[in-house]
Amino acid sequence: MSEATRRERLVGVLKKVTNQPLPGDEESLFESGLLDSFALPDLVSALEAEFSIQVPDRDLNPRKFDSIARIEAYLNEHVQ
Amino acid sequence: MSAYLHAFGAHLPERVVTNEEMAARVGKTAEWIEGASGIRERRWAAPETSVVDLAAAAAEDCLQRGVVAARSLGMIIVASGSAPPGFPGPAAAVAARLGLEGTPALDVPMASAGSLFGLALAARMVEVYGDVLVIGAEKMSAVVEAAALDVNTAVLFGDGAGAALVSARPGRWEILDCVLHSDGQFREDLAFDWTSPLRMNGLSVILQASRKIPAAISEVLMRNGIAAGDVSAFLLHQANHNLLVRVAKALGVAPEHVYSNVARYGNTSSASMLIAASEWAAGNPAAGPIVFAAFGAGFHWGAVLARST
Repeated sequence: MSEATRRERLVGVLKKVTNQPLPGDEESLFESGLLDSFALPDLVSALEAEFSIQVPDRDLNPRKFDSIARIEAYLNEHVQ
Repeated sequence: MSAYLHAFGAHLPERVVTNEEMAARVGKTAEWIEGASGIRERRWAAPETSVVDLAAAAAEDCLQRGVVAARSLGMIIVASGSAPPGFPGPAAAVAARLGLEGTPALDVPMASAGSLFGLALAARMVEVYGDVLVIGAEKMSAVVEAAALDVNTAVLFGDGAGAALVSARPGRWEILDCVLHSDGQFREDLAFDWTSPLRMNGLSVILQASRKIPAAISEVLMRNGIAAGDVSAFLLHQANHNLLVRVAKALGVAPEHVYSNVARYGNTSSASMLIAASEWAAGNPAAGPIVFAAFGAGFHWGAVLARST
């Protein structure tokens, strides 16, 4: 999967989970109010389904999902 | 494993702390608190009431319901994350309050998941020690008042105690299986040491709990060949109503199968699961499998499967 396709699918997942316009790549999804403690599990589950991955317990760290850039970096590392 | 649940008991302090009172303390509205947590009110004990007082009252209620004299107990287990620091822990004082001399009394100094771990321990201990009384008792108001907390955390907690009588003698519910887990790598995400305010990374706690609770429940159900839809009641640590609803959704069961009293008592940490069980049992519940589950600071989590006999 190309990085462009991966990013496009990530943006689609984020829009679906947050149902709001997305902030800049480096901006915190939590501090911007787009994600709260109950939306975060939805996002992780949606990423797992979209990219056919299993996020292991050790990676269930909110910081890994705090911005579009961080999520993209995680996906680049874990999605073929 | 041949262990049976005979009775549950509970004790809640009289003083009701409403969301309106709590909202005035933290600068939020009552509606905001209920929307964020599902909590409408909680009970707070009087300043002079101790964790031991709460535990002893729940113990006596449970023994009365189980028609068992304290002197016949072979062991007591007291779970509490909010007992004062130092030693001895509250178990020795609770044993003394029950008039026990020489009966082993074990502390489980574990917030939120302590009663679940106590229940799993008791299921193994009854073979050697006979009747085991498991108590979860918390004075979380002392934690809230020890130091100024984050608003999201301060509104959650209540005081109370719950208890369960476990025995090798056949009783109303047979304990079939238990799964327990701990993972210390996130231990700083939910911690309290009486020298600084309780620290809770809500994002981490909810993310972990919303996955680990259903996973533990599925683990214990799968290895016993029971479908989640066949469980008559899920009796969980009452952390947050929104979390309970999420667990039901993850398991594919209707939310009403997950017992919830968090609206009335708030999060009473290790006491909550047995308080919920006590209320549920008093309602003459339907027969069938039941599942206890909890997740808490550590992180520690797990599930216990039982069924009516």
